[in-house]
Amino acid sequence: MDLNALTDPDEVIDGLMSASYLADDHIAQVVFLAGRLEKPILTEGPAGVGKTELARAVAAASGRRLIRLQCYEGLDESRALYEWNYRKQLLRLQADKGRDWAEVEADIFGEDFLLARPLLEAIRSPEPVVLLIDEVDRLEIETEALLLEVLGDFQVSIPELGTITAESLPFVVLTSNATRELSEALKRRCLFLHIGYPTMERERDILMARVPGLEVVLAERIARLVASIRGHSLRKPPSVSESIDWARTLLALGVAEPDGETVTGTLHVLLKHQGDIDRMASELAAPAS
Amino acid sequence: MPRFLTGFVDELRQSGVPVSMVEAIDAGRALEHVDLGSRSMVKAALAATMVKNSRHLAAFEAAFEIYFSLLPPPDGTVEAKLRVSSDLAALGMAGAGGEADLDALVEALFLALRDRDSGRIEAAIRRAVTMLAGMEPGRPVGGTYYMYRVLRGLGLEGLRDRLLEEMGAATGSFDERLVLDEIDRRLEDLRAEVRAEIRRRLVADRGPEQVARTLRRPPVEEVDLVTATREDLAAIEAVVHPLTRRLATRLARQRRPGRQGRLDFRRTMRRSLSTGGVPADPRFRRPRPEKPEIVVLADISGSVATFARFTMQLVFAVQSQLRRVRSFAFIDGIDEVTGFFGPGSDFGDAMRRIGSEAAIVWMDGHSDYGHAFGAFIDRYQGVVGPRTTVIVAGDARTNYHDPNQEALGRIAADARALYWLNPEAKRYWDTGDSVMGVYSKVCDEVHEVRNLRQLSRFVEKVALPSTRPVRHSV
Repeated sequence: MDLNALTDPDEVIDGLMSASYLADDHIAQVVFLAGRLEKPILTEGPAGVGKTELARAVAAASGRRLIRLQCYEGLDESRALYEWNYRKQLLRLQADKGRDWAEVEADIFGEDFLLARPLLEAIRSPEPVVLLIDEVDRLEIETEALLLEVLGDFQVSIPELGTITAESLPFVVLTSNATRELSEALKRRCLFLHIGYPTMERERDILMARVPGLEVVLAERIARLVASIRGHSLRKPPSVSESIDWARTLLALGVAEPDGETVTGTLHVLLKHQGDIDRMASELAAPAS
Repeated sequence: MPRFLTGFVDELRQSGVPVSMVEAIDAGRALEHVDLGSRSMVKAALAATMVKNSRHLAAFEAAFEIYFSLLPPPDGTVEAKLRVSSDLAALGMAGAGGEADLDALVEALFLALRDRDSGRIEAAIRRAVTMLAGMEPGRPVGGTYYMYRVLRGLGLEGLRDRLLEEMGAATGSFDERLVLDEIDRRLEDLRAEVRAEIRRRLVADRGPEQVARTLRRPPVEEVDLVTATREDLAAIEAVVHPLTRRLATRLARQRRPGRQGRLDFRRTMRRSLSTGGVPADPRFRRPRPEKPEIVVLADISGSVATFARFTMQLVFAVQSQLRRVRSFAFIDGIDEVTGFFGPGSDFGDAMRRIGSEAAIVWMDGHSDYGHAFGAFIDRYQGVVGPRTTVIVAGDARTNYHDPNQEALGRIAADARALYWLNPEAKRYWDTGDSVMGVYSKVCDEVHEVRNLRQLSRFVEKVALPSTRPVRHSV
């Protein structure tokens, strides 16, 4: 799949499928548009629905290298963009004792002493890459601005070297769990993609693709159960990653057709809060109304 | 297309989706890369460029349905094929309507639902709307009225029972439950499709602008908390949680060491050893961490029941993020309910337990703020200290009891700050038995909080110490 020469969203579906990622139409259409418009994608949605996985699959399907920037509070320029290798600079200074300062200065602020961090690396890479900026909502508001130049113009300004422009455009995916509102400036530069829980049919297909050896009947049943559990108001409804774990668990246990008892016994794989587990257990035990 | 797009952008802005100029232009650019005949592709292009917040998706969805409902469905889909063959032919029915026809229609719908045949379901819906809604061109009736007529005519309850009988017979309670969930999902889809069909016809009749105007609903942030419907409440509750996460992260950030501290001379000198005695890397002392302490007093009497539920939801969420939160519920008596919201507890359960276990009713179950505050001072000495922010939530309608301003004054004097959140519109304050004016004299700030927007504004304010008043002893 060549991201710059997409002609149809269906190509994206097929491409991602080869990387075992089952994209629905909407996801494929946004990826397609991002390729055509050369814009980053900002994905949002509950944890575990495949936001990060999408970036990975796009990289695999297009044969590009994946460069990942994991965001966290306190992440700064020197970890995200670039840093000067000051030990090396120091060594050079000591080795060059006696040389003219102007000459030395020009020398030690050169490419050789630059440590590229993910953003700069993605920009400088000669062959196009996929850049994943994970959990961008964890960045502090002040540091968010750091991304704007990279995402808007695909360039990085380094005072000593000038502006470095991308040799090849990276395909950028940002993920966010919406713990805080991102700045307008950032959102404006991105295409927005909300990934929600999949439909029952798609979930079944995802399970089939991700869990080898799973029978259709069981996959179907798991998808139905999970859809039904999501319908209850829970603190943390099960996500796709959890239903995959659950399918693996049932497979390992050799369960062909989960009944109430098996389900109750394995709920902890699906739900991550004791309150939710208790609640579902009693719900499932109760007769239908 | 451009003219159509401007109308659509206007509609989005009207319904609370902030679409900037740049985003509208982006949308236009995106459409150049898209097959305009494909509804879903047009929708994806518009959504990706103009909606930047999942909270706005519902509003977008509704506006899109109205403005683009007349776009032809793409060739080759079930939808398209069906439009070619007429509704009646698809169902094998004829005639102008009548008892027998209706029965046949319901039967056809039942079979289609059972087989999950979306094409036949859709044909049946279109037939049903024609037959049952009784739509007349130009008649200024809202979609809900037609919707009601169609659904009543179809008799959804009966359909549900029959589906259950057909699909869920001879299975245990566990499977029956699954089947039931499944059936409810299908019927929910059915309702949504009936709504969409009616909307399509309204648009064809009156044009998108007018339909959009009648169907527009306030965005979640502006729904009145006191008169919210059940669906509104569900939407609100979904938003409250991230809001409190935000409050918690804000508060936590304040506690993290910043660079604002004083220079730490010893550590700077020790550091300088590695640079040959040059203090190149100054170190700073960490500012003293500030531990936020919050005490919430919430009126949970009937008159503010929805608001109370929502306040408690807020407390519940805040409490799961911060440890130093204590909550108290009152009507005319007061009781601590902090324990009910412990880790892992369920919100609904907690509310039920508060109703049944907590001693919040002292005499007759009508709010008596004066007595509640008095009782709070007597029973919970030392809960409020100089670092505590107290938040009172209620409408200050004290049923003509003594407001006991002095008691609230004492709580305020002990606290770092006292805020009052009132779910009533400001113009009703101090009318009838409302004693807001009396209480506001001893509060640091009084806020009208009738919707989420006002609430988030308040949350930001409390979370930011720079804007928070710090009182010195009066």
